[in-house]
Amino acid sequence: MNIATRVAVPDGGGMAVRGNVREDLARHLAAGGDSALHHSPEAVLTAIRAAGLRGRGGAGFPVAAKIEAVRAASGPRVLVANGEEGEPASVKDRYLMRTRPHLVIEGMLLARRLVGADRAILYVSDAPSARSVRQALNERGSPCAEVFDAEPGFVSGEETALVRAIDGGPAKPTAKPPRPFEQGVAGRPTLVLNVESLARMALLTRFRRGGLLVTLSGSGRAPVLTEIRHGVRPADLAARHGFDAGRGFLAGGFSGGLLPPSAGDTPLTHEAMRAIGSTLGCGALVAIGRDDCPVAAAADVLAFFDRANAGQCGSCFRGTGAMAGAVEALRAGTAVAEQVDRLAQWARQLRGRGACGTLDAACLTADSLLLHFPDEIRNHLAEPCARCARLPVGADTRFRVHPIEPEEG
Amino acid sequence: MRVNVDGTKCAAYALCAEIAPQVFDLDDFGYAVATPEDVPAALEVVTGEAIEACPVQAIRRLT
Ligand code: SF4
Ligand code: SF4
Repeated sequence: MNIATRVAVPDGGGMAVRGNVREDLARHLAAGGDSALHHSPEAVLTAIRAAGLRGRGGAGFPVAAKIEAVRAASGPRVLVANGEEGEPASVKDRYLMRTRPHLVIEGMLLARRLVGADRAILYVSDAPSARSVRQALNERGSPCAEVFDAEPGFVSGEETALVRAIDGGPAKPTAKPPRPFEQGVAGRPTLVLNVESLARMALLTRFRRGGLLVTLSGSGRAPVLTEIRHGVRPADLAARHGFDAGRGFLAGGFSGGLLPPSAGDTPLTHEAMRAIGSTLGCGALVAIGRDDCPVAAAADVLAFFDRANAGQCGSCFRGTGAMAGAVEALRAGTAVAEQVDRLAQWARQLRGRGACGTLDAACLTADSLLLHFPDEIRNHLAEPCARCARLPVGADTRFRVHPIEPEEG
Repeated sequence: MRVNVDGTKCAAYALCAEIAPQVFDLDDFGYAVATPEDVPAALEVVTGEAIEACPVQAIRRLT
């Protein structure tokens, strides 16, 4: 949907969300920026551990554990700031790089010190983000980090794909182990952290509390980028910003599957979202409105995965193709019951069979549709859906959100 | 002994599941996955044979 995204600064001012004027070095420093660099690495690590900071890229792995693993390794180490936001419904990473590049750099300098890395690389495909960070590095006058121009793509920011790309290969995942913390860029132990995770590390030393960037979209409204505290309920968030989630949500960008309207009461925390079989992921929520249809939404997301997978693992390219086909048949009103049974079988059987999480995300999309929307499935088997017929089907997903264009300050 | 199938290499030759069906499982499309558990001692020999037999060397010995 081609509607400009707006920035909603939280009441009382945000930590990471400060408006949409690009922050230059003078502004960054005037607002207390770079203060994180005055703390000892031990004190910062203690603060990260105490806050229970988890990675904001999608997987939600504890940041302190990642840092400790690389810190404990011997020999030269590398830090990679992951700014490759492949989730179509998320814009928060590009917001940070385009609007608050110095906060990202501060986080990189901090993380680099924490693990004693001798290289710090920002990995990003978005040209305005890369330009903004390069300009910020120039403003600082010291070449403290490199910017790697990545290929855009859903799998491009997966951590082994990113390592492979920086080492000169294709931006496609590799089998694990080894993980980058064991053997990453140029074979060295590599700390890969999402740009919001890095910004959060810096902010933690100033605000002593966590927060979460969220991209809210769907139901025909202009998407909103904002910042919340953990534990806010999706229903309240949707209501506050005028979104209709009458038929549920897509959670965690495209990685947390479909959720029924009742999930609007689940607090947005890592644990609570896990407990309902979903994920907080990158913090993107798509509201599925009363004019929309969960079957059409699932068909759109699975068609996206069918195009966006790396075409490497047979289980993934055959499996996402097959699942996308079955849900598309449901959407089009041509499916038979047997196809739904097979869809259920694939959604369970194929989990964990790909080299990266893409196949699992596709399985979760199918599985959550079957689990939470049995009545809709039955209706779609009985007769074509009028809502599905009205919704657009295009070459790209209809849930893509446009990144924020910063205003001139 | 622990093994895993590199999903990016497996080409659905199915030999592994024929040789050691207790260790390797095929999906509906013929691609293999290995048990996430330790391979029982009694199955280590056939598992080794499956590793040797895989035409694309997709099976990795982790421990
Ligand atoms: S699971 Fe899918 S997306 Fe991931 S590496 Fe394999 S083919 Fe590529
Ligand atoms: S023998 Fe090799 S290629 Fe064939 S199914 Fe097993 S792992 Fe895959």
